[in-house]
Amino acid sequence: MGLNKKPELMPEIEKIRADFPMLSAKVGDRPLVYLDNAATTHKPLAVIERIRKFDSQQYATVRRGSYRMGEWATEMFEDSRKKVAAFINAGDHRQIVFTSGATMSMNLVAHSFGRKFIGAGDEIIISNMEHHANIVPWQLLCLEKGCVLKVIPITDSGELIMGEFDKLLSPKTKLVAITHSSNVLGTVNPIKEIVKKAHAAGAKVLVDAAQSTPHMKIDVKEMDCDFLAFSGHKMYGPSGIGVLYGKYEVLESMPPFLAGGDMINSVTLARTTFAKPPGRFEAGTPPISQVIGLGAAVDYLSAIGLDRISAYEQSLLEYGTELLGKIDGLRIIGTAPHKAAIISFWLGAAHPHDVITIIDQDGIAVRGGHHCAQPVMERFGIPATTRASLSFYNKYEELDQLAESLKKVIKVFG
Amino acid sequence: MSYQSDLYQQVILDHNKNPRNFREIEGHSNSCDGYNPLCGDKINIHMQINESGLIEDIAFSGSGCAISKASASMMTVNMKGKTVADARVMFEEFHKMITGVMEPQPGAHHLGKLTIFQGVREFPSRIKCASLAWHTLVCAIDKTGETTIE
Ligand SMILES: Cc1ncc(COP(=O)(O)O)c(C=O)c1O
Repeated sequence: MGLNKKPELMPEIEKIRADFPMLSAKVGDRPLVYLDNAATTHKPLAVIERIRKFDSQQYATVRRGSYRMGEWATEMFEDSRKKVAAFINAGDHRQIVFTSGATMSMNLVAHSFGRKFIGAGDEIIISNMEHHANIVPWQLLCLEKGCVLKVIPITDSGELIMGEFDKLLSPKTKLVAITHSSNVLGTVNPIKEIVKKAHAAGAKVLVDAAQSTPHMKIDVKEMDCDFLAFSGHKMYGPSGIGVLYGKYEVLESMPPFLAGGDMINSVTLARTTFAKPPGRFEAGTPPISQVIGLGAAVDYLSAIGLDRISAYEQSLLEYGTELLGKIDGLRIIGTAPHKAAIISFWLGAAHPHDVITIIDQDGIAVRGGHHCAQPVMERFGIPATTRASLSFYNKYEELDQLAESLKKVIKVFG
Repeated sequence: MSYQSDLYQQVILDHNKNPRNFREIEGHSNSCDGYNPLCGDKINIHMQINESGLIEDIAFSGSGCAISKASASMMTVNMKGKTVADARVMFEEFHKMITGVMEPQPGAHHLGKLTIFQGVREFPSRIKCASLAWHTLVCAIDKTGETTIE
């Protein structure tokens, strides 16, 4: 391998960086080095300007069918839905439900699908590398329904132990809820294989794609998953908007989650009939501008190309792994062969909280903590990690800066 | 403002590396588990308080960053031999100092060497690290069992 910069994988990097106003922000007198992309990503001008134009020239409420402004806004709104459907190769855009984020998407499945189809003694399988958003909804459901949560263990490198998954699967399994890519370890899981096995056992599969949609081409037809959840703000779009993809026949079998306007066919005081998906799951006035912004983010990513984004980020990952691996006492947590561009580490002498305070003085933004994935911390026997999470707008030189700054930390803590 | 001179002073680094009273007290009279859910820091305090309210022994265990560990270590050193009433006064003073409400003028407080933590006020995200042990101390005195700082 060796320390190998491959800028030719993203020759227009400076042009791309210029698309993101936040990347020229200063932290005190230091230029911002933003390496916290797994937490949230910055927005390109294309998204900012699209929202600005919509809010200042085109804004109206949607799905209320009256004046033309409202109809046009509805058209743009539904156009975003089509863009998102195409982005994950969903085909039929009625399979795209807008939510407030990945967290709400997974809670929607727990409350609607879970309450109807999962009962006492039934089993839900998750893994040891889930974000709390894909653990707690199932724990609450099991408290309520008496179902049982099973957990796929992971190896020391941070991979699922698939043999154990095989053993956990049984006719009692009603749902497998699994992350596509871990927000701490970076590991990319073999979703196709998981879906195939789960379906053979008669279980549905929910994929938490919050960390994969920004980094790799997603094809829900090929995955064959029943649900896929993700967030706009982690893929260069606005916060407050997320997506739940669901296979149409599965969505159609599910009862409403939230109740209110927009999710009905007709309401009398005696009886209400519910709208078909996706409207059934979109009660109330949706986050209209955010949906428009998400559509622009999808366009932006597609124009660069997810394949190119993946290839460049993989090269950044390889470079960063090699570079940080050379630092004395630094242990990388998550070394699976198939990873997204996330480098979590434990720096012997210094606690992550101290690491981030010190490197923050150099303008470097990384996250330290348990990353809402405490079971991962427990698995690796550490209270927290420092995490650098990369994007296609990062440069090799920013990783050099991170490494230099970490050396200062070591100097302080000796 | 510099992290080296204001936050990570030598005394703090030393207490982080070699924490004092880092142990458990068997048969303790008071204890509390303190959590900082934001960063996952966890500090457990054991105390031996006698009938007249004197802190005969105090120790801590758990895991956390340098600031929370050093703060706990220095607090235990300072608390031994003090009364519960003294402890409450010092908690108030320490809290006011790190949040910038009180300037630690000489003679106007009982914090002694603990004034070394005043630099924390320049790093708002770290104030809770410094105060975790103190909240846990008060919780142990009050015997409320568990405390979480928000
Ligand atoms: C893997 C994973 N799942 C779910 C979430 C929750 O996303 P959100 O907070 O946008 O709902 C996150 C975000 O941190 C995540 O990393």
